[in-house]
Amino acid sequence: MATKQSYIYYPGCSAEATGKPYEISARAVCEHLDIELKELADWNCCGATAYLSVEDIASMAVAARNLAIAESTGLDLITPCSACYITLSKVDHYFEDYPDIRTKINNALSAAGLEYKGGVNVRHLLYVFSEDIGMERLSGMVRADLSLRVAPYYGCQVVRPFTERDSPDVPFAMDEIISALGGDVVDYPLKTKCCSGALIGIDEKTALGLAKPLIECAVRSGADCIVTCCPLCQLNLDAYQYKINKVYGTNYHIPVLFFTQLIGLAFGIDEGRLGLNMNIVPYRPAARAKGASG
Amino acid sequence: MLKREVVYESVLDHDFLDEIYSLPGGQEIKKCIQCGTCSGSCPQGAVMDYAPRKIFSLIRAGFRDEVLESNTIWYCSSCYTCAVRCPKEIKITDVMYALKRIAIKEGKAKKGRKAAILSNNFVRLVNKYGRNHETELMTRYILFAEPHHAFNFIPQGWKLFSNGRLPIMPHKIKNIDQLRKILKKVDELGEI
Ligand code: SF4
Ligand code: SF4
Ligand code: SF4
Repeated sequence: MATKQSYIYYPGCSAEATGKPYEISARAVCEHLDIELKELADWNCCGATAYLSVEDIASMAVAARNLAIAESTGLDLITPCSACYITLSKVDHYFEDYPDIRTKINNALSAAGLEYKGGVNVRHLLYVFSEDIGMERLSGMVRADLSLRVAPYYGCQVVRPFTERDSPDVPFAMDEIISALGGDVVDYPLKTKCCSGALIGIDEKTALGLAKPLIECAVRSGADCIVTCCPLCQLNLDAYQYKINKVYGTNYHIPVLFFTQLIGLAFGIDEGRLGLNMNIVPYRPAARAKGASG
Repeated sequence: MLKREVVYESVLDHDFLDEIYSLPGGQEIKKCIQCGTCSGSCPQGAVMDYAPRKIFSLIRAGFRDEVLESNTIWYCSSCYTCAVRCPKEIKITDVMYALKRIAIKEGKAKKGRKAAILSNNFVRLVNKYGRNHETELMTRYILFAEPHHAFNFIPQGWKLFSNGRLPIMPHKIKNIDQLRKILKKVDELGEI
């Protein structure tokens, strides 16, 4: 057996709040696979989309503090959050492409005794599973019969504008994982259509108009659940589903799982350790209905 | 919507273009061929005052206020669909961010009032704790942006709270001084 796989892990702020079930399940599944996630020491918020809307260099400097701390470890920096992934990657790209920005940010970092040389490999957790762990190992670990029809929802920022090997329009990493776990991937053409992101807090009507087709399409294609790899997508589709029902007079109750929760279920990990009780649309009834009918 | 009226050269702001050119990658917008791929790809195109293609044409013609006061920049959800499809590889999403920043700084974010409140409070929290605190962010946002509709948010917040997804206490990073030193230095250096 090779040495233990280790990564520097950047949970992101949502891991402490709305994305908690993602965080819990990601850790449980990695532990099960004997993968070490070393939490980045004293990490700060990456700045996300909101900071960048207010300040330019400041937002990149805030993100760069994390990269500077991570660099000394020499390990890949992994984050489960699509928004963190894009924000940290963007700083990395800007460092490479715009020397002026690099100088300025390093100047700011030096005030705190830090420097970022531009050598961190920022990656999304999804691709640790699809690239490093691989389908063979995943399917070898399956202990429970999933027999679920799953709609894979990628959202935007995991595949756009930076992507490890997937297509920005029709990615397949999550599809492969679902199949490897024994699930059925349904045809889901809206897999990379935007869920409205943070717009939901600002103009709910417009935002729900974007989120509704994502639910509708999954239900129509016969999915038992939707699987996501982004805490904000999960929040929008899970916690706002009852609002969609209210506004559109529909009666959707399709569970929206994090892909790590699905992996955990297939591995036979105890549900309590996957944070499933934190999902708003309960996972249970759908599975039971399925069990009863099939 | 664009009013069809004569606008004289003299009232247009030609420095606006230079401002946008000076952004990282901003020079690329010279290459825009007005193909409309961005507008056709934009999930929010239908609700925008001007979909992205028009924004570029307005920027180039010097319609500064029309651009900065449009709702377009606030409806951009950063989905990057336009950016990956643009045949000229224009960083459209990044331009939208820049427009947000200019509009907020110059008090032109009327149509983005709520988004600006959200972003400003987010920055405040990150500068204070080193991390975002979603519970406090939501509370502050509702208080400042939606005080009369606060009750609308209660079921939502309650569901998340009772499922353990909205912690009461913020998490402050240990080395907040380090972050503050960095931010102070950025202040001295000035933005781009
Ligand atoms: S789909 Fe929504 S939350 Fe997910 S990455 Fe895109 S904007 Fe972000
Ligand atoms: S896709 Fe690019 S080139 Fe085409 S109109 Fe939009 S910005 Fe211009
Ligand atoms: S990034 Fe913004 S402008 Fe571009 S397609 Fe998405 S929402 Fe529209």
